[in-house]
Amino acid sequence: MILWHYAFVQHALIAGIITAVLAGIVGTIVTTRNMSFAVHGVAEVGFTGAAGAVLVGLPTGVGVLATTFAAAAAIGVLGVRLRERDTAIGSVQAFGVGLGVLFLALSPRYATEAFSILFGSILAVTVDDLIRSLVVGAIALTTLGVIYRPLLFASVDPEVAEARGVPLRLVSTVFLLILALTVAEAVQVVGVILIFTLLIIPAAAAQRITANPYLVVLYSVGIALTATIVGLACALYTSWPVSFFVSTFSFVAYLLARAMGTRTRRAEGRRAGEARSAGDRQQVTKAS
Amino acid sequence: MNISQRPAIRLEGAALRLGRKTLWEDLTLTVGAGEFLAVLGPNGSGKTSLLRVLLGLQPLTAGRVEVLGQPPRRGNPLFGYIPQQRAFDRELAVRGRDLVAFGRDGYRWGWSLPSRAGTQKVNEMLRLVGASGLADAPIGRLSGGEQQRIRIAEALIGEPQILLCDEPLLSLDLHHQQTTVELLAACNCRGTTVIFVTHDINPVLSAAHRVLLLAAGRWAVGDADAVLTSETLSRIYGAPVEVARVGGKVVVLGVDLGSHAPVTELSEAAVS
Repeated sequence: MILWHYAFVQHALIAGIITAVLAGIVGTIVTTRNMSFAVHGVAEVGFTGAAGAVLVGLPTGVGVLATTFAAAAAIGVLGVRLRERDTAIGSVQAFGVGLGVLFLALSPRYATEAFSILFGSILAVTVDDLIRSLVVGAIALTTLGVIYRPLLFASVDPEVAEARGVPLRLVSTVFLLILALTVAEAVQVVGVILIFTLLIIPAAAAQRITANPYLVVLYSVGIALTATIVGLACALYTSWPVSFFVSTFSFVAYLLARAMGTRTRRAEGRRAGEARSAGDRQQVTKAS
Repeated sequence: MNISQRPAIRLEGAALRLGRKTLWEDLTLTVGAGEFLAVLGPNGSGKTSLLRVLLGLQPLTAGRVEVLGQPPRRGNPLFGYIPQQRAFDRELAVRGRDLVAFGRDGYRWGWSLPSRAGTQKVNEMLRLVGASGLADAPIGRLSGGEQQRIRIAEALIGEPQILLCDEPLLSLDLHHQQTTVELLAACNCRGTTVIFVTHDINPVLSAAHRVLLLAAGRWAVGDADAVLTSETLSRIYGAPVEVARVGGKVVVLGVDLGSHAPVTELSEAAVS
C-alpha cells in the first residue's frame, strides 16, 4: 500500500475521482440524448488542443480545454436542428483534427505529450493540472446541478418541456459546454480514443439495471468511480496502462449490467403486463 | 358546461404568416372557460401554430390574443400540453411516474429532494387516469394508449385551466382513441377548457362543443353540425365539397386538393 503515499499517485487519484463523478453524471444525459457522436467529435478536437499547446509551449491541459470548448460552441451554433447535428459534428471534428496534424508537423520536437493525450496520462498529473481539474469540475458540477432537471425534461420530452417554458436552445447549448469541460477532464484519465470508457459505458450499464432516472445517475457514477479507482490501483501494481484497466473494468460492469438487466426488465415487463390486464378489467367494470 | 364570464381565450383579428404563407388571418374567436373546442384542418393549415401562439412561443403577425385576460407568455402555468404519441427508446431510463413528475416541476432550475407529498400527488394523478399500474414501467415499453394516459396525468398535475392537445390520437387504435377522448372529456366536465387539435373530427364529435376549421388561409367556427356542412366546407376549401353522415361518422367527399380518392374522410392524406 506504500504507493498511495506518493504525491503523483494522490494527484492521479483525486483527478480520477473528480472525472469519474462528472463523467458518470454527464454520461446519463449523453445516452438519453443519443450524443455519443458529439462526445467522440469533441474529444478528438481535444487532441488538436494538446498539439497546439505543445507548439506554443502551454500545458496540454489548457490547450485541450480551449479546443473542446470551442468545438462544443461551434457544434452548438452549426447544429441547431437535430438533423444537422451529426454533419456539424463531423465537419468540426475533421477540420479540428486536420489542424492538429499541422500543429504536430510544425512542432520543433517530437510531441510525445500530444500523443499521450490519445491514451490518457493520469499518472503524469501535475499540481497545476489538479487545480485546473478541481476548478473545472466544480464549475461543471454546479452548472449541471442547476440545469439537470429541465435538461432531463427537455431531453426526454422536448415538446411538453417547451410548452412548460423550458428554454430548449439555452439548455442544450449549456449542456454542450458542460460536455466539453467533462471531455477535457476525461481525456486526462483515459485519453481521447477511450473517451467512451467513462462517458458512455457507465451510464449505458446503469440504464440496464434500473429505469429510475435518479438511480441511473447514482449507479453510473458508482461504476465510473469503481472502474477508475480499481483501474488506477491495478495499473500501479502491474505497470500496465491505466486506460487498459479502466476500460476493462467499465466493460465488465457493462456486461454484468446487461446480464442483470435482462432479468429485471423481464420482471418489469411481467409487472406491467399484470397492471395492464388489471387496468383492462377496471375499464370493463366501468363500461358494464 | 360551466362557462364563466371571463373567456379562456380571445383572438381578435389575429393573423399568422410564416415566411410568405398566410396560415390564417382576421381570426376572431372567443373560447369560453370550460369549453371543449376541436380545431380541425388539413396538414399545414396552422393548427399547431395556433397552439404555439397561445403558449407564447410564436408571436402573431397581426391582431390580438389573450389567455384568461392576459397576453400569452412562455411557460404559462395555466396551460397543460398533450402532444401526439411518439416512440420512446425502449431502454430509456424514465418511468411513467417520472414523466408525470416532469409535469409537476420539470421546468424548474435546481434540485429538490423527493418528497412524500410529491410522490402522493403523482400517484393521485396516475390513479385519476387509470394508470396506477404503469407508474414504474419504463415509458419506452408502454403502448400508445398507455403513453397518452400518462401524458394526460403529466398535463393535469400542473392543475391547468386550459388543456392544449396537439393530435393526441395520432397513431392510436380506435379503442385507445376512445379511452383518451373519454379521459379528456372527463377533465372538461370538471371545468378544464380543452383545445383539441385534430385532422379527424370523428373521435371527438361527441365531446367537442364547437369546431374551429382552418384550411387554405380561411376559417369557420361553430357547432359541428353548422361547420361540417357541404356549404361551409366548399366555401373554406374554395372547391365543391360534399359532407355526408354515415353511421354517425362525418364523411367528407370531393376535397380534391391533390388527392383523387373519390371518398375520403377529412384527413391529412386527403388534402395534402
